Formats: sequence, C-alpha cells, structure tokens
Amino acid sequence: MTTLYAILIDGMIYASWLFLVAAGLTVIYGVMRILNMAHGSFYSIGAYSGASLVGWYFAGGDGAPYWSYLLLLGAALAAGLFIGLLVEQGLLQFMYKRDEILMVIITYALLLILEDATKLIFGVDPYFTYQPYSLLGRSSFGELTFANYDLALIAVSVLIGAACWLVLNRTNRGKVLRAVIQDREIAVAMGVNVKLMFAATFVVGTTLGALAGALTAPAISVSPGIGVEVIVLAFAVVVVGGLGSIEGAIVGALLVGLTRSVAVHLAPQIELFVIYGVMSLVLAVRPQGLFGRNLARKI
Amino acid sequence: MLRLDKTETWLLAATVILLTAGFLLPSWLTFILTLAFAKALVVQGVVIQMRAGLVSFGQGLFFCIGGYAVGMGGAFLDVHDVFALIGLGVAVAVGVAAIIGLLMTRYRDIFFAMLSLALSMILFGVIVKNPTLGSTDGFNVHAPTLLGWAPQGQEQKLAIFVLTVLIAGGLALALNRYMKSGLGGVNEAIKENEIRVEFLGLSPRWILYANYLFAAGISAVGGALTALATGHVDPEMAFWTTSGEFVFIALLGGTTHVAAPFVAAVLFALVRTYALELAPHSWQMILGFVLLAIIIFLPKGLWSLVAGKRRAAA
Repeated sequence: MTTLYAILIDGMIYASWLFLVAAGLTVIYGVMRILNMAHGSFYSIGAYSGASLVGWYFAGGDGAPYWSYLLLLGAALAAGLFIGLLVEQGLLQFMYKRDEILMVIITYALLLILEDATKLIFGVDPYFTYQPYSLLGRSSFGELTFANYDLALIAVSVLIGAACWLVLNRTNRGKVLRAVIQDREIAVAMGVNVKLMFAATFVVGTTLGALAGALTAPAISVSPGIGVEVIVLAFAVVVVGGLGSIEGAIVGALLVGLTRSVAVHLAPQIELFVIYGVMSLVLAVRPQGLFGRNLARKI
Repeated sequence: MLRLDKTETWLLAATVILLTAGFLLPSWLTFILTLAFAKALVVQGVVIQMRAGLVSFGQGLFFCIGGYAVGMGGAFLDVHDVFALIGLGVAVAVGVAAIIGLLMTRYRDIFFAMLSLALSMILFGVIVKNPTLGSTDGFNVHAPTLLGWAPQGQEQKLAIFVLTVLIAGGLALALNRYMKSGLGGVNEAIKENEIRVEFLGLSPRWILYANYLFAAGISAVGGALTALATGHVDPEMAFWTTSGEFVFIALLGGTTHVAAPFVAAVLFALVRTYALELAPHSWQMILGFVLLAIIIFLPKGLWSLVAGKRRAAA
C-alpha cells in the first residue's frame, strides 16, 4: 500500500514537472507549427537566471527568505521575455514560410547556439540554490516524506494548465488565436494580425519554458546539459498527448509521469526505457497523439 | 568491360590517393580521417533518407548498434576478426531495422524525426541502465585481427585507416550507382509528391523501407569502424545529440552528390579539432551559426558551390 501511495504521489510530482516543461513546447507548436528544439535552452536559461538571482539574493543575507520565490518568478519572466523576443524578432520571423521539418533543424541550430551562450554567460560550474526548496520544509504521510516544494509544484502546474486553458477557450483573444490555429490565411483575411499573434505566442512559449527551468532550479544542481536532457522528455510528453494540444500535454504528462514512477519503484533499470517506450507505443497506434487531429492526405 | 562514369573515376582516384597518403601523413591526421570517413558512412545513411524527404534524428541507433557489436562481440563472443565484427554489426542493425522499419515507414516529416529520435533514446536508456551492457562506461574494444593478422600499435591504426578507406570507397561507388539508377531517382519524386508516385504504380513505402534497411546497414559499418578506430564504445553513440551531428553534416555537404558527405565530414572533423582547442566553450555556437548560414544561403549544401561553378563554366 505504501508503495502504491509513493508511486502515485511521486508520479503526480513528476507529471506536474513534465507538464511545466512541455506546456511551452505544445503552445508554440499548436499555433506556429514549429517543433521547437530550442525549448530545452529556454528551460536552462530560466534555470540559470533563477539560480543566479536567488543565489545572489541569499548571499546578501538580510532579505526576507520568502521574497526569493518572487525573484524566481521574476527571473523567469525577464529571461523568457528577453530571449523570446530576441529569437522571434531576430530570426524566426524570417523563417515562417519554410517546411516544418526545416524548422526543426533551424531550432536545432538555435539550441546549439543558446547552449554555448549559456555556458559563456553563466560559466560551466554548477549552481546550487537549495534555499527556496528547503524553506518550505517536508510533510509526512504515514511512512512517506515529501518535500513541500515538490507538492507546491503540483499546484503551480495545475494553475498554469488552467490559465492556458481559460485564455484559449474563455477569452476573446483565445478565440482569435484558435482561429489562427484553424486557418491562418482566413484569419489574416478577417483582419487578424497574425504576425503579432505569432510573436506573442512565441514569447509566451519561451516564458513558460524559462518558468519551468526557474522553478526546477532549487531542486537540482544547475549545470550545462540540463536543457539537452529536458528537451527529449518534453517531446515525449507532447507527442504522446498530440502536438499542440494543452489537454494532450496534461494527459501526456500524467501518462509518462505515472509510468515512470511505476518503473522507478518496481523496476528501476527500465526507467529511461519506459518513457520513450510509451511515446513509441502511442505513436505506433495513434501517430497524431491521443488528442491530435487527423489530417487528410493532399495531392 | 566495366565502363566507369566520371564520378566513379574520381571516387577510385580519391581512394587510391588516400591510401597512398595514409602512409605519408602524420598519424594524428590519419586518425582524424579514419573517424571522419567512418562518420561519413553514417551520414550517407541519413542522406539516403533525406533524399526521399525523411530526416532521421535517430541514426545514432544504428551507429551505436554497429559500435556495440564490435565492443560486445570481442568481450562476450570472443570474435576478434574485423570482418566478422563489422558483419555482426550490420546483421544486427539490418535485423533491427527490418522490424522497426515496418513501423517507421508509416511516418513522414516531423513524426518520422521524432519516432527515430525516440527509438535511439530507447537504446540509450536500455544501455545506460544495464550493467551487463556496460552501463554509462561502455566497453573497451579488444585488439582486432584482420583475417588472422594481428597488427600492433602504429601498424594497427594504419590498417584500420586502409580498411576504412577501402570500405568507404566501395560503398561510395555502390551508392553512386544507386543514386543514378531509376530507383534512386524515384526518391526525389517521393519527396516531391508521394501520392503521385503511388498513382504511377510504385510503392513509396517499400522504397522507403529498402532505404531504411540500407541506411541502417551502412550506419552500422560506420559505427563498427569508429569503434575499431577509437578502441572504445559508450552509450553516447545513441544519444540524440550524436544523431543531430549526423544531420548537421548531411546538411553541410548537401544531398546532391555521393562525395559531399565525405568532404563535409572531413571538414567538420578538422574544424572541430581546431575550434575545440581555440574556443572550447563556443564550438557548438559556431556549429549553430554555420548551420543557420547553410540553411539560409546554401540550402543544397556546400556541394552546390562546386556544382554551381561547373554549370557556370559550361
């Protein structure tokens, strides 16, 4: 029984983390049809910004420790806005006419560039910012102990998921965005400023990626290479759920998160295998993902 | 009498020149060339598929299988002959490809890219978590023999170089024939419009399947040669960044000529050797900018510079 609870709670924690990481990726693909390989870099840039800012804050020593959470959020927002605008305005806006597969390669080039840029700016030594993580303490359920920070992550991720869904389905702006997703050309004809929509979407996507990084930073040692590892996980999640679908990302994150948690507790040697196993299995049965739309073949 | 076309004459000449050069060049350079040619074979695997419009972000899967066949064949099966080891790698790779190829050929575009990436990451995950498969350490390759001859030290490196050049030359000739055959031409048509190819009575899926198997085999050869040259294999071979490098080299050279991947791979290896020394933390950044520049200014790769000049002169 204890193992079952452990699996469930661990799975939920991991799933909420996966959703945080994957949300930005699926938003960008949904609207812009760009499978963004550089998403991992946005994650690591967010993590570095958060970790260095919070580290600097605690090194100062006298501020109230709870402000560090706001700093994490602020760092993520600033980093996401800056890098998102830079990349969209500086490069991607000139590339929109290209093939989907070529966009993958372009964002791969971007990943290579940003990975080294991160190293040049933040150095190659790991950053540790455990304070926000340990500050919240731990809670026990029977024999199990969990870090409250991890549990809070579940709440944050539900909040972000709900916000995305509400904006997309319950606001005017979301309605316009859905029109762009349905048919870009007609949306333009109806007077929608698609360029602006694209820029805004991309910035929101990068900020979500940076936010995921900043929120993860206190729980890990932030070092080069974290982005490269994260990106394939995020791919797995969005592909399982169906590229471009928020509901899909939620279901994908839960599926992958819980499966991995089962593997970690019962058969640790297949931990990495199951994540991509789930992805391949879903792709084999439903290539467009669980929530994806079917596409007709065109001559 | 075998008639050679111009490309074939060039390929044969290049093979002979490289073989001679192997005895004259400093050993560090022959080592770099060995690795570059081995890598170029994997890139050929990527290029074959790219010509039909499929981008494999997981060719590292077969690269790794080829490498591990050498590492594990020596460690567990007590096989040390290079031809047997390479053959083993190719057999396993083609066997695996024959099964997953049935699945892969149903996918196009980003789905093909993603699924190939996932499959190579599965292999990565399996190896990393399994001590019997060497875990993260991988295997050291036992000293290989060539048909009973067991070269040592410098002699061994030279032997591997000669072997690599001969295999690469032979495969390049075969690939050139394939590219220029009717079947090779259909690949371009599949890329342009698959449904129309179907209407012409051909089965794109089986052509893609054949491509997939061939690409797997040739990538395994590249992996096996890399393992023999470096004397070590590790799971990084299946990690997706390795596959990304193959895609990079494929785009760098372009898909129009059989020699392009070889030239691009050598260029890549030389630039990397110097860049890592001069600017260790901006090597990837250089790669990224070059990749962007290629996509924007030379969408058909570096080879279009050569081809373009010739057309202008004619």
